[in-house]
Amino acid sequence: MSTTQKHIDFHVEAIRKDFPILNREVNGKPLIYFDNAATSQTPQQVIDVIVDYYSNYNANIHRGVHALSQEATDAYEQARIKIQKHFNAKHAHEIIYTSGTTHGINLVANSFSSLLKKGDEVIVSALEHHSNIVPWQMLCERTGATLKVIPMNTDGELILSEFERLLNANTKLVFVNHISNALGTINPIEAIIEKAHAVNAAVLVDGAQSCPHIRPDVQALDVDFYVCSAHKICGPTGVGMLYGKEEWLKKLPPYQGGGEMIAEVSFEKTTYADLPHKFEAGTPNVCGGIAFGAALDYMNAIGFDAIASYENELLEYATNQMLQIDGLKIYGTAKEKTSVISFNVGNIHPYDIGTILDKMGIALRTGHHCAQPIMDFYQIPGTIRASFMFYNTKEEIDTFIAALKKAVMMLS
Amino acid sequence: MTIEEIQNEIIDEFSMFDNWEERYQYMIDLGKTLPLIDDIHKTDDNIIKGCQSKVWVHANMNDDKVAFTADSDAIITKGIIAILIRAFSNQHPTAIIEANTDFIDKIGLKEHLSPTRANGLVSMIKQLKMYAIAYQTQLN
Repeated sequence: MSTTQKHIDFHVEAIRKDFPILNREVNGKPLIYFDNAATSQTPQQVIDVIVDYYSNYNANIHRGVHALSQEATDAYEQARIKIQKHFNAKHAHEIIYTSGTTHGINLVANSFSSLLKKGDEVIVSALEHHSNIVPWQMLCERTGATLKVIPMNTDGELILSEFERLLNANTKLVFVNHISNALGTINPIEAIIEKAHAVNAAVLVDGAQSCPHIRPDVQALDVDFYVCSAHKICGPTGVGMLYGKEEWLKKLPPYQGGGEMIAEVSFEKTTYADLPHKFEAGTPNVCGGIAFGAALDYMNAIGFDAIASYENELLEYATNQMLQIDGLKIYGTAKEKTSVISFNVGNIHPYDIGTILDKMGIALRTGHHCAQPIMDFYQIPGTIRASFMFYNTKEEIDTFIAALKKAVMMLS
Repeated sequence: MTIEEIQNEIIDEFSMFDNWEERYQYMIDLGKTLPLIDDIHKTDDNIIKGCQSKVWVHANMNDDKVAFTADSDAIITKGIIAILIRAFSNQHPTAIIEANTDFIDKIGLKEHLSPTRANGLVSMIKQLKMYAIAYQTQLN
């Protein structure tokens, strides 16, 4: 065993102690949680922050003169700065709190309505989650713009030459995920952003699946909008962020009306608040925002380089063992991918394998993963998806492989 | 036999199994062996789309009794369908409308009738009852 190996193994056991849920049993077996691409688990450090908030300083923010409100406001705004620093945004007001990735996408899609007209073109990729297809279809229906799709190859990689052919002076927006939720493909967003900018199109990158594994630098990427959810990054559900370049956020009209987002209101005219509040109508998820900041602290303390290298090791270890199983086919074999393995075994329905593995305490996702176009591309009803995080172990993968073999035996 | 008698018979059969593996193996075998529906009835009109698995249901009435045939693309779902059809098929519409599915709970398969599984079974049971209501209206 190499020194690095020892170091990493030591870390995993220590890290696992931070996650109380990993101690529980399911159907009488120790839980093996491989559904991380759907949601990650929460470390005690983040749970403590949530408990502390509701135990000690729960208050509505920004307008109160009392101590609790000030403490809550400070913590919430400090978390925004943590998020800004994490993503290397130029300004804290370029970080808009949202309820999650889907909210962020809808915010941009709705706000763009007034900027698009008939004849304009919007490009999405074939690898998108439904949440990054439907809002743009709705936007195109509202504005008369046309939706175009970047096709993919059988490895699950986007065909960049086709993307270049789609780009022209009418292209106004390009939407692509950083990493595909169904296949784990890491998309070449640097090239996509550069090519889109060459025709003056704005780019929104859906980072829901990338943020648990890599630390994006929005300035280096020169991306116009970047969205993600806290619950995929060891944070709570119901909170996320939209990064937008200041110039874009100033240009876009507000998405929702309400308290917090206004400067002055009369029945004749309302003036909107400055960024970021212009896009944050109503009482926000205060505790969620603070816990989001704590989750980023937790991940950064471990370090994203260490996380990525360990997760790659898990991916390789699991892939090699799975390919030994007769009839097992992995969907998504891109050269650049994260620790997501989407697969089927022979003609066995994914639901059947998922059901049997659940009986053995193993949590996986089965179905179309909200990416029906990808399943149509491969002409399958769905897949089984195992997705790993830095708190998973090789021993868990061994147990999963044995359970999978047993399920296949029962179902064949 | 009444629906209740058939359900009790199924509960008895399942009580012989010692663990989940035997129960599931039995259902998988049921799912594999039984021809549950004629291909001509596996149409889009008869499909119930679950998020996870698809279910097809067809009904007809002979001598005041409703007969069901059904199928699924997932074997475990199909096994449960086989059990449900055994209990509900060839019964008077009124009996089908009044019957419940508590026996599924008693044989340890309750989780499959949870709406969150989105396997089409919950909608299928609703559909069986809808057919029974429709046929009862014809009888009246």
